[in-house]
Amino acid sequence: MNLEVPKKFSMLVEQAHQVAANVFRPISRKYDKAEHAYPKELDMLASLLDGMNEGSDMASGAVSATGKPSDVVSTDIKNGSNLSTAMGAMELCWGDAGFMLALPRQGLGNAAIGAVANDEQLARFHGVWAAMAITEPGTGSDSAAIRTTAVKDGDHYILNGEKIFVTSGDRADAVVVWATLDRNVGRAAIKSFVVERGTPGMEIARLEHKLGIKSSDTAAINFVDCRVPAANLLGSPEVDVQKGFAGVMQTFDNTRPLVAAMAIGVAKASLDLTRSLLKDYLSDDYAYLPGNASYIEATLNRLEAEWEAARLLTMKAAWMADNKMPNSKEASIAKAKAARVGNEITLKCIELCGSVGYSEVDLLEKWGRDSKILDIFEGTQQIQQLIIARRVLGKSSSELK
Amino acid sequence: MHNQDSFVGKAQGLGLYMLTQFASSDIPDRLKIRKPIEHLLYQGSKTGFQMATQAARLFTPSKAKGPATRLPSQKRNNLFDLTLTDEQQMTRDSLSRFAKEILRPAAHAADEAHAIPANILAAANELGLAYYAVPEALGGAASEDSLVTQMLALEDLGHGDYTLAAAIYAPISVANVLTRFGTAAQQQQYLPAFIDETNPAIAALACNEPVPVFNPYQLKTTAVLSGDDYVLNGEKSLVLMAQDAELFIVSAQLNGEPALFIVESGLTGLSRTDEPAMGLKAGKTARLYFKNVRVPKQNLMTDVVYRDFLDLGALAACAVAVGTSQAVLDYVITYANEREAFGEPISHRQSVAFMIADMAIEVDAMRMLVWSACSLAEAGKPFHREAHLARILCGERAMKIGTDGVQILGGHGFTKEHPVERWYRDLRSVALTQNAISL
Repeated sequence: MNLEVPKKFSMLVEQAHQVAANVFRPISRKYDKAEHAYPKELDMLASLLDGMNEGSDMASGAVSATGKPSDVVSTDIKNGSNLSTAMGAMELCWGDAGFMLALPRQGLGNAAIGAVANDEQLARFHGVWAAMAITEPGTGSDSAAIRTTAVKDGDHYILNGEKIFVTSGDRADAVVVWATLDRNVGRAAIKSFVVERGTPGMEIARLEHKLGIKSSDTAAINFVDCRVPAANLLGSPEVDVQKGFAGVMQTFDNTRPLVAAMAIGVAKASLDLTRSLLKDYLSDDYAYLPGNASYIEATLNRLEAEWEAARLLTMKAAWMADNKMPNSKEASIAKAKAARVGNEITLKCIELCGSVGYSEVDLLEKWGRDSKILDIFEGTQQIQQLIIARRVLGKSSSELK
Repeated sequence: MHNQDSFVGKAQGLGLYMLTQFASSDIPDRLKIRKPIEHLLYQGSKTGFQMATQAARLFTPSKAKGPATRLPSQKRNNLFDLTLTDEQQMTRDSLSRFAKEILRPAAHAADEAHAIPANILAAANELGLAYYAVPEALGGAASEDSLVTQMLALEDLGHGDYTLAAAIYAPISVANVLTRFGTAAQQQQYLPAFIDETNPAIAALACNEPVPVFNPYQLKTTAVLSGDDYVLNGEKSLVLMAQDAELFIVSAQLNGEPALFIVESGLTGLSRTDEPAMGLKAGKTARLYFKNVRVPKQNLMTDVVYRDFLDLGALAACAVAVGTSQAVLDYVITYANEREAFGEPISHRQSVAFMIADMAIEVDAMRMLVWSACSLAEAGKPFHREAHLARILCGERAMKIGTDGVQILGGHGFTKEHPVERWYRDLRSVALTQNAISL
C-alpha cells in the first residue's frame, strides 16, 4: 500500500507547477479584470503542451483533459494517464483554474472525443480544439432531458436547439454537441456530434459574465438547421436502449476526478498563501495538538485535513480508472468531497486573512470566486450526492429521484 | 441475548472453518505465506479455547544488553497503490467474519454488563493478533513493521464493535510500544507474556489525565528519580481494561519532559477505581492513582520518540473509528431501505439519502487519511503531518456519523434496540484523540 505521489510523476508535477507559477500567476488578475479578452499568452504554452503530448505517454497527462485508460492489458497495477492528468491539473489550477479551462486543445470536448470516437474520427479530429455543449436553458443537471434535436438527412444530421454554458465555445475549433435522435426514446437516443466552427446554422448568441473563472469564456450557442456530416456523430449511430446513454455518461467517470483535481489545486493555492500570511500565528510542523492549538491554527489544520482527504480520494478515483476498475461511485465521491471542501477552504481562508483576504490586492478573493464553479459543473454537489446515494442504497433513478 | 457458552461454540466453529478453508485450498502452495498467517491458524487449531486466568504473573527482569530488537520498515515500490497483499486480504477476511459472528452479537450485552466477556477475549487471542506485534526473535511472528495490516485489522474489528475492538487491542498496543521503543531488557522481560498461549498478558496504555484541556506534552503526573527507582505521582483517566491489566505504559513528566514508564499493576501505591464513561463501557475504563509508586529505574523507556507514540495511538483509534463508521453506514443503509414512511422506503427521500451519501463520502475520506499515515509510518517515512490530519478529520467526521446514525433511525435510534445508540456514545471517544490517545 502506498498513497504517495509516484516518483515517476515528479518531473511532470514540477513542470506543471512551473507553468502555474511562471505563466499563469503573473497574468491571473489581468484576465480576471479583462473578462472575454483572449489570453494570448496561452497560445505559446499550448504549442508546448502539444509537443509534450506527442513526445511521451507520460507527459500527456500533465495538462490534458484527455485521460483515457491504456489499451495495454496487464494484471499489474498501473499509474497511468488518469492519475497523471489529475496531478497535473492540481498544479495548473494552483496557478489559475480559468486558464486551465481556457487552454487550447485541452477541453472537455477533447476528452469526449478521446473517450468515444472511433479510430477514423480520432485521426480526423487530431489537433482539433473541441469544446463541449451539453447544458440547455431548461436542462441543467438533467442531461437526459435535452431538447436539441438531430434529424438524419442523407449524409448529414440537421441540428436544432440552444446550448448554454459552453466553455471556450467561441474560441474552440469545434464543439461536441449533445442532441437527441428521438425525444420519445429518452436517454438512449442522445448522441454527441462534432460541429466545426463556422458551420452554417451555428451561431454564438453571447458570452456570459460570471462570478469567477473569467479568463475562461462561457458561450451560449444557437443551432438553427445546422447541417453536420453524419461521420461526425461520435460512437454508434444506433439507438441502443440497453446501453445508449451509458456511453455518453462514461465520459464523466474520467472527467469528474479531473474536476475534483481542479478544486484541489485552487484550494491549495488558498491554503499556501494563507499559511504564509499567517505564519506568525502557526506552530512549526503541526506541533500543537488540535485541542491545544489557537483558533487560527486549528481552523487552518482542519481545512488542510479536509483538503488532504479530498486529494487522496481523487487520486483513488483516478487510479481506479487507470486500472480499469469501475469507479463511478468513487469518481462522484471525489468530486463531491473535493468541490465542497475546495469552496469551503477558499472562503474560510479569506475570512482568516480578514481584509487582506477580501481585497483584490491578493488573489484569495479571486480563488474564493473561482472555486464555486467546481462544485457546479460536471455535476453539482447535489447530483454527486444523488449518484452516490443511489449506488450505496441500490436504488434506481426512478426510485430515488 | 445468547448465553455466553454459545459464543465459545461459534468461535470454535469459526476457527475450524478457517482451518478447513485454508487446508483445502491451494493458497499455502501458491503463496509464499508469511509467519503471521501460519501462527494465526496454527494457534487456532492447537490451543482450543481456554478461559484467561488471573494467576499473578512474575515478570522476571532480564539482564539482556545490547541493541533492542526493531522491526525493519516495509519495502515497497514507488507506485500509488491501494491493493492489499494476499496476506492482508486473508487477514481481513478472517477478522471480518470474527467481527460479524462473534463481536457484533456480543456487543450489546457487553455494553450493558460493563465488561468484555472472558470468552470473547479468549476467542480474540485465538486470532493471534499479538503475533503481529512481537518480533520473531522474541517468539512472535513479526519479521517487519506491519502497521498497515494491524490498522486493517482494527478497521475490521471496529466494524464489529468499537469498544470490543478497543479492549481486544489494548494489550497489543502495549506490545507494539515495547517492540518499537523498548530496550532489549524490557523486550525480553515483558514481550513473551503477550504471546503466552494459555494466559496472554492483559495490558493497557495509561496516558490520559483528568483535566479539561489535556496537553500530553505537559503532564500533571510526575516522575522523580530516587535511588534505583522513579517515584510516580498523579492520576490517569479512562484507562481501558485497567482492573484486569497486569501491566501499564504510563506517561509522566520527568525533568520537564514527557516520558513513558512500564508499570506492573501490583506496585505499592498504585490503586484503581472504576471510571465508567459515556461509551467504551465494555472496555471497563478505570482511573489509576499513583501515590509515591516506586518503579524500577530500568522500566523507564529510554528510546521513545514521544511524538510517534502519540501519533500511532491516535491512528489506532482512528482505524477503529473508520470501521465503526462503516458499520453505522451499513446499518442505516439497510434500515433506510426497509423502513417505510408515507408509502415508500425513507431512502427514497433525498433528505435521508443525502445524509447517507455524505456518510459514504466521509467514511472513505477518513479511511484514506488513516491508510496514508499508516503506510508512510510502516515504510519508515515521516508521518506526523498525515497522522495529525487523520486525527483531526476522524475526530470531526466520526462524531458526525455517530450522530447521523441515530438521527436516521429517529426515535428507534434513541433506544437500545439498535446498535446506533451505542455507536453514538462510543464514537464520541474518537474526539479524545484530538489531544489524547484512547488506544
